[in-house]
Amino acid sequence: MTTAPSTTSGIVLHGLEKAYGPVRAVRGIDLTIPAGETVALLGPNGAGKSTTIDMILGLARPDAGTVRVFGLAPADAVAQGHIGGMLQTGSLIEFLSVRELVEMTASLYPNPLPVEEVLTTTHTKAFADQRTTKLSGGQTQRVRFALALVANPDLLVLDEPTAALDVEARRDFWSVMRAVAEGGKTVLFATHNLDEADAYADRIVLVARGRVIADGPSTEIKAMVGGRTIHVTLPEVPASALGELQGVLSAERHGEAVVLACSDSDAALRDLLERHPGAHDIEVRGAGLEEAFLELVAEDEEASR
Amino acid sequence: MTDATYLRFEIIRTFRNRRFLLFSLAFPTILLLLIGSSNRHATLAGISFPLYYMTGMASWGAMVAMISSGARISSERQVGWTRQLRITPLRTGSYFGAKIVCGYVMALLSLLIIYLAGMSLGVRLDARQWATMTLLILIGLIPFAILGIMFGHLLKPDTIGPAIGGLTALFAVLGGAWGPISKSVTFTTIVKGIPSYWLVQAGKAAIGSTGWPPPEMWLVIGVWTVAATGLAVFVYRRDTLRI
Repeated sequence: MTTAPSTTSGIVLHGLEKAYGPVRAVRGIDLTIPAGETVALLGPNGAGKSTTIDMILGLARPDAGTVRVFGLAPADAVAQGHIGGMLQTGSLIEFLSVRELVEMTASLYPNPLPVEEVLTTTHTKAFADQRTTKLSGGQTQRVRFALALVANPDLLVLDEPTAALDVEARRDFWSVMRAVAEGGKTVLFATHNLDEADAYADRIVLVARGRVIADGPSTEIKAMVGGRTIHVTLPEVPASALGELQGVLSAERHGEAVVLACSDSDAALRDLLERHPGAHDIEVRGAGLEEAFLELVAEDEEASR
Repeated sequence: MTDATYLRFEIIRTFRNRRFLLFSLAFPTILLLLIGSSNRHATLAGISFPLYYMTGMASWGAMVAMISSGARISSERQVGWTRQLRITPLRTGSYFGAKIVCGYVMALLSLLIIYLAGMSLGVRLDARQWATMTLLILIGLIPFAILGIMFGHLLKPDTIGPAIGGLTALFAVLGGAWGPISKSVTFTTIVKGIPSYWLVQAGKAAIGSTGWPPPEMWLVIGVWTVAATGLAVFVYRRDTLRI
């Protein structure tokens, strides 16, 4: 039998380091993911996401630091069937149908989901009797997802799961994922797609050059890089006067419109309306995750110089 | 949780792989039928040629079937499937175990076909002789089972075919599976240290007076099994840690 996973800790990474020859892929990652959370590891290619995931799955041994999954060493968590994984690369073995492959994988786990149910939820039922070698890239990817899902694990680890999928398949995939996450499972997925991380994760862990450079809800991460801008139409007032408003860092005039870069957009908005009641067509914009991302990576690189 | 389902699918996969079936089963049988039928009434080393040749082809065929089974790990590594399996609760030992069981199934099938071919050439043995010969060959296959797993981790799919083909041919020639080898004392001493020699002898011993090969066989098989296991563990560790 298997031991029930601890409810307090899902994944705990401590001082994790890993080098491949001269390449320091992971340079000291500390991360705690409580059970039940959906977390995105977001970062550019080569950031160390896959290496981190390999260490969580027990596929790579850390040079330094520790990994605990539900309080267990990765190999034990895997052996007890707590982890279902979808690796970034890899195709399927030959000479089996999709259904047979899912059935075979299910047989390895202590509490698998019913095979037919998984075929339905992953939209693989239509080609379940086809041989694994006759599938398109997108179909193969769905089958690989089915293999991770049929394990009915407490932790799902997905390394760039939608890389080979088209837009529609992507949406399908995430709707299934969301249902899985709502079922109380811990989900960790790696992606370099900012929108995916933003839309589907409770929390984003931003990874670059082998380190965690930001960690929090996506709104928090955006706030970290200077928050929002206010776009307002206000023809008579000079930009320099607007720059002195509370919570405003700088003001820039574009014809009748003014753009205010804010450290605190709420305070700036109140002050603006109080002093300049004629302001109209006001728009508050959050910095895009893309901008936040680029800025954080740049800051980290500067700091480490 | 059981590995029985996994094993069942491994065997199914083996039987659906027609090319693999053809190459590991057909060659020894075809050779036996071709060479055996044209020498049907000849004798070699005191026994009838078809019988002599059948024991040689039986040991060669079983050896090819066994090594090839383990070597299939190579293509599973190539497509990343072994990494996928390593994140499931399937133990490495069970994975190798399934490959060895498949190897034995294939080896038995190969023996059966070669025995039938032999019988069609007039070979007649009593039940005890058939059983002893089969049992001894199966025991003699143990080091080849482990060598197959080792090659599966050592070689890439595009080189493993020729490598296995060449190696099993070399083992077969040196072991005397393809016919009598040099009678020189030094040569015989060296060859007696090779497991394929005893694989061939296993077949012949069953026909002979005692029915059992000398203790040397167990020693050679034992030493090769231990050595191959050590090498296989080393190669496996190197392979899995690098990734």
